[in-house]
Amino acid sequence: MESSKFKIGDKFFKSRLIVGTGKYASFEETRDAIAASGAEMVTLAVRRIELDKTKESILNFLDPKTYSFLPNTAGCYTVKEAIMTCQLAREAGLGNMVKVEVIGDEKTLFPDNEATLEASKVLVKDGFQVLPYCTDDVVLCKKLEDTGCSAVMPLAAPIGSGLGVCNPFTIKLIREAVKVPVIVDAGVGTASDACRAMELGIDGLLMNTAIAGAQDPIKMAYAMKAAVECGRQAFEAGRIPKKLYASASSPIDGLIDI
Amino acid sequence: MLLKINGIEKNISSSTNLAELLLELEIVSPHCAVALNQEVVPNSKLKKTKIHDGDNIEIVHAVGGGL
Repeated sequence: MESSKFKIGDKFFKSRLIVGTGKYASFEETRDAIAASGAEMVTLAVRRIELDKTKESILNFLDPKTYSFLPNTAGCYTVKEAIMTCQLAREAGLGNMVKVEVIGDEKTLFPDNEATLEASKVLVKDGFQVLPYCTDDVVLCKKLEDTGCSAVMPLAAPIGSGLGVCNPFTIKLIREAVKVPVIVDAGVGTASDACRAMELGIDGLLMNTAIAGAQDPIKMAYAMKAAVECGRQAFEAGRIPKKLYASASSPIDGLIDI
Repeated sequence: MLLKINGIEKNISSSTNLAELLLELEIVSPHCAVALNQEVVPNSKLKKTKIHDGDNIEIVHAVGGGL
């Protein structure tokens, strides 16, 4: 049974899982894990070419006919760096859909929300489809939507922390407050985290470390694919409410009377 | 002329524009992008963009990365 389709900007996806391409042991493992995850969009970073070596490119392992690319501004601490990175990514042929992250703190890698908002405004005007990585702040997400971002990407927990969704209430509030897709990004640790996140009613989920850092990344990729699908289906199916007292599942009529 | 390319000082002898520079550096990747003195140069303008002594050039490409 299929769940509803997922639209971000001008793109449609069957999979609600977006994955990163970093931290894998090899390009081959990257390719195989991404295939196992069923993801149709992958993030990429933009870095200096190494001048004195001829290195293989990750793009040799990812078919642009199969995957949409989402270049990110990972490592950027300023508005200018983030804007320039997106412009370079577009010039390098990676498309105009970008994940904007402007980091505010080295230890937690928490985003600098002010800078993210500022960079997003400039990039939207420059024709980019902006997916901003931000904290789970409802007011901020509304502001990002108002600047014309194509989605909002509140974090579940710090990047690579594996804590899962720390505050499901704010994530739910964000989903209620904005009309653009809500893609929870960062902090997922295992399949149940992914499932729970999707059950909150979010539109998509982005992860990297949870798969690449697992002891068996390919197996975890399969698990995450299933978790995202099942969490979304459970949400669309509409769960029963939580109650304090029991509510019998079997009928009272027809009970024997001894 | 002395250029700073990807943070490293290099002496460039024959190239006069960015397109020639990429060839001289043997960069053939179709998926790279160039910034000259902190401004991104469209690939269509690489041939027309001249380089001068003291220029700061960044040549980038896509790598694996998530968050």
